[in-house]
Amino acid sequence: MNKREDVKKTYKLYIGGKFPRTESGRYFKWTDPKNSTVVNMCRGSRKDFRNAVVSARSAFSGWRSKTAYNRSQILYRIGEMLEGRRGQFMDELILQGASKKEAENEINQSIDRLIYYAGWADKYQQVFSRVNPVASSYFNFSYPEPTGVVSAIAPDEPSLIGLVSIVAPIIAGGNTVVVLASEAKPLCSITFAEVLHTSDVPGGVVNILTGYRSELLEHFSSHMDVNAIVYCGNVKEEIKFVQENAALNVKRPIVYTDENWLDKKVQDPYRILNTLEIKTTWHPVGI
Amino acid sequence: METTTIKSDLKTDWSYSPAPESTDHIRINQQVDLFINGEFIPSEKEKYFETINPANEKKLADVAEADKTDVSKAVSAARKAYENVWSKMDPAERGKYIYRIARLIQERAREFAIIETMDGGKPIRESRDIDIPLVSAHFFYYAGWADKLEYAFPGKQAKPLGVAGQIIPWNFPLLMAAWKIAPALATGNTVVLKPAETTPLTAMKLAEIIQEADLPPGVVNIINGNGKTGRALVEHPDIDKIAFTGSTDVGKLIMKTVAGTGKKYTLELGGKAANIIFEDAAIDQAVEGIINGIFFNQGHVCCAGSRLFVQESVADTVISKLKDRMETLIVGDPLDKNTDIGAINSKMQLDKIKMYVDMGLNEGGTIYQSSCKLPEKGYWHAPTLFTDVSQSHRIVQEEIFGPVLAVQTFRTVDEVITKANNTPYGLSGGVWSDKGAKIFKVSKAIRAGVLWANTFNKFDPASPFGGYKESGMGREGGLEGLMPYVNLV
Repeated sequence: MNKREDVKKTYKLYIGGKFPRTESGRYFKWTDPKNSTVVNMCRGSRKDFRNAVVSARSAFSGWRSKTAYNRSQILYRIGEMLEGRRGQFMDELILQGASKKEAENEINQSIDRLIYYAGWADKYQQVFSRVNPVASSYFNFSYPEPTGVVSAIAPDEPSLIGLVSIVAPIIAGGNTVVVLASEAKPLCSITFAEVLHTSDVPGGVVNILTGYRSELLEHFSSHMDVNAIVYCGNVKEEIKFVQENAALNVKRPIVYTDENWLDKKVQDPYRILNTLEIKTTWHPVGI
Repeated sequence: METTTIKSDLKTDWSYSPAPESTDHIRINQQVDLFINGEFIPSEKEKYFETINPANEKKLADVAEADKTDVSKAVSAARKAYENVWSKMDPAERGKYIYRIARLIQERAREFAIIETMDGGKPIRESRDIDIPLVSAHFFYYAGWADKLEYAFPGKQAKPLGVAGQIIPWNFPLLMAAWKIAPALATGNTVVLKPAETTPLTAMKLAEIIQEADLPPGVVNIINGNGKTGRALVEHPDIDKIAFTGSTDVGKLIMKTVAGTGKKYTLELGGKAANIIFEDAAIDQAVEGIINGIFFNQGHVCCAGSRLFVQESVADTVISKLKDRMETLIVGDPLDKNTDIGAINSKMQLDKIKMYVDMGLNEGGTIYQSSCKLPEKGYWHAPTLFTDVSQSHRIVQEEIFGPVLAVQTFRTVDEVITKANNTPYGLSGGVWSDKGAKIFKVSKAIRAGVLWANTFNKFDPASPFGGYKESGMGREGGLEGLMPYVNLV
């Protein structure tokens, strides 16, 4: 009997709703802990990042003007798609070193987190909006708007729920994002891009790169058309570096250190608020 | 194209008689010391700098300059007060102190208004009717929050940060002090405040009130000096939070300096606001709004409506009316109650404004200035507007911080939105139209923190203020204004 050979997957980047290879043609070898599988991951470049920012910027006005209800449904849809493809994520998480139980837990929590933020997408506005009682004849109200294009450095691990936990609040708030996936465990990030791709998320709203954090951190933090940067990690020099570079265009630097991403405590609407701006409008009352 | 100019004859035999506000009941100490730990003390090196009245260049007082040692002294007083007294106090009692400050300011409002005008050059009408009333209102508003913080942030507890270092500008000296101090105290923090070098006097008067109010020593410390003093404050390792209002350049420097230190910060930086006039606006009101938008406080306003966009169909009418209205502005003695436009705050700022005006001319702009006569002594600048400028002109892109308006025209809504957003800033904006739907569309599309629809330059303690993009981060005023001074746990 002939043995059937597997069809191996090529892991690429996710930019502007497409799966291109890195423009640089570079790769890095990823090997699973048991040395059973070797994958050539794209080693994303500065140019890839810049292209991703262009995509994110052009997707921004469409995404922010969708109704909150629609954004909410799309986030819910991402959860649905992840649920439907749990087998694939089980395999990958286990290949990346998780036990079966750990993998199952991470997938469950990732789905639940998506549903959690899907629910917030049409509610945080009410929690964070107000009518302000000014002492003059004006109607004055404040409400949150997305800050714009966000760059994000995902936690190294857990790689799936880490990525989901930072991307979900950013896009629930109407922002678009370019995220650098875990360098140590990059497989499921690109597979997650396939989930996004089949969830009615418009191209460019979420862009996912793989590559070296040490190389890309500079570009993620210094790009002049990025409005905020989310950094996950606890390397002091990196945090300082990111915060210094953020000064170039007054980017909002948001730093998450030592988070237990598998804990429900790391989900709340204030994480959405971190990449929002409060706008206040005045209008005279009278005839 | 033939232009239709509505030119009204504004020449009359009538003129305003001088109506100067009396200063004889005002006491300005010849020597102003640092306010640290509840006492007025000289600086370590006993170094003083002069503060002058920009309207006549006369010296008002010698002000103690704080160096690193003095900054440390102030910070450690604030730390002690935080640890031992302020953070432990029943919040309702904290609130009562803040209420008391608000009341004392109301009682001495006239004195504050006059000193604000003498030290900074702004018209007495503005310091009397806008700055000082808003100062007491701000303290009054935040006083009430002190014991209600558990209702401000659903699902979270608000904890104070510790010691806040606060650096404020010279355009609204006492008002900015109130914006900084009131929310910080209400949330249980203690502060070290550094007023601007050219306008230290009203903040030091506030120190007197703080003493009078029996605020525990060290809860509020006020020190003076230039950028070096500010830098020492930002760099001080025992500061938990920096609150800064000023230029975008300095704001960026602060971000760099505190990077990696874990200090929190809020920044209220520059702006280049678009003021948009649609053809369906109430034109006369809009003209008033343009005037208020750019000439309020000599244009020394970070949210000033310095880029005017007028829809083409009404551009000639608007610009002509605008010029007529500019002619009627009274420029002169800030202490005169009829004065509309006072003195430019400093020689340095006047030079900067003049540099931009020259630049506008060199770049091909057409200038119009009102024909007012400027006083000989002091720092003055006539209300100025430029036409024939475009998006790439530097006077359209850069913050001038003076009474200089750049006028452009547009045809469509989409065009003006794109033009208005073509700036690294995002502090404020104005929209003038009688169509509600248009106002909502445009005010939503402008990427800025404060949008004035059919009005401009309005402020209130209950109303959050702050910018998008390079205009800074964080909000001051309203419930949002508590956020920068708390950790949510």
